[in-house]
Amino acid sequence: MSKEEKKVNRRDFLFTASYTVGAVGVGAVIWPMIDQMNPDKAQQALATTEVDISNIEPGKSITVLWRGKPVFLKRRTQDEIAEARAVKLDDLPDPQKDEDRVKEGKEEWLVMLGVCTHLGCVPLKDKGDFNGWFCPCHGSHYDVSGRIRKGPAPTNMEIPKFEFVDNNTIKIG
Amino acid sequence: MSEHEYVPKSKAAKWFNDRLPLLTLGAHLTDYPTPKNLNYWWTFGGILTFCLITQIVTGIVLAMHYVAHADLAFASVEHIMRDVNYGWLIRYIHSNGASMFFLAVYIHIFRSLFYGSYKSPREVIWIIGLMIYLLMMAAAFMGYVLPWGQMSFWGATVITNLFSAIPLVGDSITTWLWGAYSVDNPTLNRFFSLHYLIPFLILGLVVLHIWALHVPGNNNPVGIDIKKPSKDTVPFHPYITIKDAFALLVFMIIFAGFVFFTPNVLGHSDNYIPANPLVTPAHIVPEWYLLPFYAILRSVPDKLGGVILMFSAIFILFVLPWLDTSKVRSAVFRPIYRQFFWILVIDVLMLGYVGAMPAEGLYLVLARVGTIYYFLHFIVVMPVVGFLEKTDPIPMSISDPVLSGGAEPSIARKVNEKV
Repeated sequence: MSKEEKKVNRRDFLFTASYTVGAVGVGAVIWPMIDQMNPDKAQQALATTEVDISNIEPGKSITVLWRGKPVFLKRRTQDEIAEARAVKLDDLPDPQKDEDRVKEGKEEWLVMLGVCTHLGCVPLKDKGDFNGWFCPCHGSHYDVSGRIRKGPAPTNMEIPKFEFVDNNTIKIG
Repeated sequence: MSEHEYVPKSKAAKWFNDRLPLLTLGAHLTDYPTPKNLNYWWTFGGILTFCLITQIVTGIVLAMHYVAHADLAFASVEHIMRDVNYGWLIRYIHSNGASMFFLAVYIHIFRSLFYGSYKSPREVIWIIGLMIYLLMMAAAFMGYVLPWGQMSFWGATVITNLFSAIPLVGDSITTWLWGAYSVDNPTLNRFFSLHYLIPFLILGLVVLHIWALHVPGNNNPVGIDIKKPSKDTVPFHPYITIKDAFALLVFMIIFAGFVFFTPNVLGHSDNYIPANPLVTPAHIVPEWYLLPFYAILRSVPDKLGGVILMFSAIFILFVLPWLDTSKVRSAVFRPIYRQFFWILVIDVLMLGYVGAMPAEGLYLVLARVGTIYYFLHFIVVMPVVGFLEKTDPIPMSISDPVLSGGAEPSIARKVNEKV
């Protein structure tokens, strides 16, 4: 090769510029094709649900659908709250205080996604070794605060964003 | 490729063939020199082609009656079963056809493992085959979701949640896969689209699979290189086509047995309950052909670990040609490997069995033992046995042992002798 050919010349610049513009163009087309699969406006519009909780007796729970997922609303008895708070944090795979999972002053209300954090099944209530929930799919046990105690699930059941609109209504989302 | 140049007889055929040599291709496929000792384990390539065509044809017909919407899908499948003329037959062929497809592909894969068909120079055939197998699993999984029954819905939930195990981006990926915040109508809609696409991708890969096969030619039960064409080969047509056709007929009898006598035995009765996002069935299991991998997933008491191990169980097969250190292809001449091969077969069957059982007690122990052996087989047994094993003498050619009544020392050669 001669010396002139090794130098960056006009043609190299044109190649680089063409590839760059081409890559940006391809990226600009690919991104919409990927992003179209994300939740659309109609899905996002379902982001809040209001629930009437006036008919739930202590110790009972209801399940409502929010964004296609079940949400457990459990009105816990004083015994259950005491049981949840007596647990030592060292015994928990995903340490979290019961106080951090409920709203202050409304400790009897446990509102959480009824979705096992392992692979997304709906756990069964009042089952398992810890008086809470038990997931039939792969055997995860949750306690009365919805915290993982035993089994393959990595984390506690998720607490969604929610607020008390008034004493009888909870808004999830 | 056969050596001779094909020339069509008629003038019109020659005119066409000069412009697009399809007739040359046809002649190549007809004359294709095939080892004369291929046994019935080699008929599954043809059977698999039949399965793919069956799934595509019945699938296209089903799509004319099926509605891919969460509110309508379940009812439209029942509409196919009850109202559409012969709808029950077409759907039962399609749903059982998936099972027959996997039955055939597993026999095909284990045949390759026994006779060393994945080894040099056939690594690319093997890898393309595994890609087909992966696409088959994706297609089968998405197809199983379409009736929108309880097993459809919760199977889809569990499988898509596997991706949530990925650190940091896991949740965004599952949401992206769902097109919603749970498995929902957008999920069903896109699964239908992809379920329709994948068989055609498989068809393209099958063409490459056969193309790659026709470069070195078929492996054979004694696993030796042969001259083509020679006294060791026969033309593909009519010798292999007639053998394939006979095996296909036997296969179709079994297939028809399932379709007409026990069309639901391979499915799960819970899938005749419409999908309900509030209730998970007490015992969810995947279709039988995914059970060994499901057992591996459940044998690990850690979410991410289980997912990694399950995917590794499949992806380890891609490097198999380089894990196997033996120079001898066929297990017929490998007395030690042959025993490990059968242990692997039993191991995979056992994993399949425990995958269908609850993950507790003895089943969990068996699943863990089975998982450990599965990986040991590929990572330790294959490289080590290849080095240490004293293989039996292999014949010089396919014809010699047949004509002389056995592999005599004079015509048999040791592995390390270069031919």
